[in-house]
Amino acid sequence: MSVLVFVEIDNGSIKKLSQEAITYGAEVARMINATATVLALGAADESALAQAGSFGATKVLHASDPKLTHENSMAYADVLVQAAHQEGSKVIIVAKSGLGDAVAARAAAKLKASVISGITSLPEINGNSFKVTRSIYTGKAFATVDIRSEIKILAIRKNAVEATETGNMATVETFSPALNDANFTAKVTDVEKSNAELSLTEADIIVSGGRGMKGPENWQPLLDLAKALGAATGCSKPVSDLDWRPHHEHIGQTGIKVAPNLYIACGISGAIQHLAGVNGSKCIVVINKDPEAPFFKAADYGIVGDIFEVLPRLTKAIEASK
Amino acid sequence: MKILVCITNVPDTTAKIAFVDSDTKLNKTGIQFIIGPYDDYALARAVELKEQHGGTVTVLNVGEAEGEPQIRKALAIGADDAIRVNAEPTDSYFVAAQIAHIAQQNNYDLILMGRESIDYNSGVVHGLVGEMLGIPSFSPVMKLDIEGTTAKLAREIDGGKEYLEAPLPLVLGCQEPIAEWKIPNMRGIMTARTKPLQVVEPVAVEDLAINERYSQPAPKGQCKMIPVEEVEKLITLLRTEAKVL
Ligand SMILES: Cc1cc2nc3c(=O)[nH]c(=O)nc-3n(C[C@H](O)[C@H](O)[C@H](O)COP(=O)(O)OP(=O)(O)OC[C@H]3O[C@@H](n4cnc5c(N)ncnc54)[C@H](O)[C@@H]3O)c2cc1C
Ligand SMILES: Nc1ncnc2c1ncn2[C@@H]1O[C@H](COP(=O)(O)O)[C@@H](O)[C@H]1O
Repeated sequence: MSVLVFVEIDNGSIKKLSQEAITYGAEVARMINATATVLALGAADESALAQAGSFGATKVLHASDPKLTHENSMAYADVLVQAAHQEGSKVIIVAKSGLGDAVAARAAAKLKASVISGITSLPEINGNSFKVTRSIYTGKAFATVDIRSEIKILAIRKNAVEATETGNMATVETFSPALNDANFTAKVTDVEKSNAELSLTEADIIVSGGRGMKGPENWQPLLDLAKALGAATGCSKPVSDLDWRPHHEHIGQTGIKVAPNLYIACGISGAIQHLAGVNGSKCIVVINKDPEAPFFKAADYGIVGDIFEVLPRLTKAIEASK
Repeated sequence: MKILVCITNVPDTTAKIAFVDSDTKLNKTGIQFIIGPYDDYALARAVELKEQHGGTVTVLNVGEAEGEPQIRKALAIGADDAIRVNAEPTDSYFVAAQIAHIAQQNNYDLILMGRESIDYNSGVVHGLVGEMLGIPSFSPVMKLDIEGTTAKLAREIDGGKEYLEAPLPLVLGCQEPIAEWKIPNMRGIMTARTKPLQVVEPVAVEDLAINERYSQPAPKGQCKMIPVEEVEKLITLLRTEAKVL
């Protein structure tokens, strides 16, 4: 029996979110005296997959059929279930993401398993009792859930555990599942990748701009700070509604939810719908010229000042301290 | 074309969340309930597709009677009829099984949902329903057009967009900018009163998970203010105190 961890691959390597999922799976495995097995689909580097061992997995199943390189939750769930049967897995872990949730959901329906998404910490396991804590109401509360189904599928939120790096290597085995044509009826006609190198859900640091930035032509100081920090960039809803920034940068209750180590908000007032998307962040810095801006109440560090003065100075200070 | 739109009845996005009964129930006092914002996008696009292609839009909510004002609002926005499955929607698998059961009896061409509910934020009901019905599901969908029996859609993927063509029927989780939220007009509100709202009892589903209790995040500590003359100090604090750089 093993805990099975579904991982997402980007450019041949295991994504950061999935690295945390592996550590989570390995911790659960330790609690139930099992091992953690990773399932990786599509084109991936064998040596990069062996790295799963560093995060606590003992074995990687790799299904490398090129048909699986394109994100396909139908086919992925089908393969995941086949792997779960082979490994006798009763606990399946994915990292919470659009793809992770979809794969978890479809696998849950196949296995008549409970699927719990948005888990924020390790489970409490006592004999047959298996309880998890998950984020609900967009981060405004938590629920403790008692999972009764024999098979449990958990979608883990970023920062639920810190990915360990032991330097161990996992053995990589070829996995050859049966692929069902019915899962490949959709045709991809085009893909637009943004040229941002870092995705918001993966980023450790995010610099985000609001309406206080006054217009798209003023974004350079924010981009410079992001570059100096190696950060991804985000924005508030009105900013993407006004097309100052692309839609996929929109953070908040109705946008992307992020949980970086550091979130720097520039000219964002801190409306409750925006806060809902960032309340999983470890540390929040707010720069706003209005000392009454509600965001300061949710911040760890605050600067009352003009962003156009503060941002270049911060960038300079970082460059100088490198 | 027959479209089913699944809507949630959820606390307004500005609601303060608190619990009662030893942290086992949401304190609903003073909370305004709304149609889930993502479900609202799904509904708006469904109504537009009906205007283009003809057909019907049915709204479905798994929830208690207190959600009926939101169901009526969906009818006022342009849905033709509604079904409420009379049950407390506490577990995704349970909710999905109810939706799948209704769908099995009705042959919908499209089942539109929100990308996620804003109470549970699971983003799993569309995948569960798709699998239970044996049809594809995609989420989050930002653009949707129908040509004959094919859906042309764009969905968000990590750091970009993907364009797909897929045969109907499909289950889709929607988000902006698939359509603009619609506000009911006077005529809509009047006709909504007489549109059919059918209440059905749930099918039995085993309890796979139970919400045992709720809790709230620990309050944030004091925000440390840094005088604007000394912004450079922030970098040192982030390094040595917060240890996030
Ligand atoms: C159903 C619903 C869902 C929503 N979902 C989201 C969501 O997901 N995400 C989201 O972000 N919003 C969301 N909103 C909108 C939200 O309510 C706010 O309107 C929005 O977050 C405000 O954006 P903002 O802070 O950029 O703009 P504003 O509120 O206009 O704030 C601009 C801030 O910039 C400051 N400022 C101006 N000039 C300067 C300067 N030179 N230097 C420093 N500071 C300056 C101002 O003091 C002000 O605090 C939603 C609203 C609704 C109704
Ligand atoms: N109780 C419910 N009744 C009807 N539809 C629901 C219900 N719960 C969830 N849904 C639909 O499923 C979508 C995803 O919900 P969730 O998986 O909870 O994030 C929602 O946006 C709704 O469209």
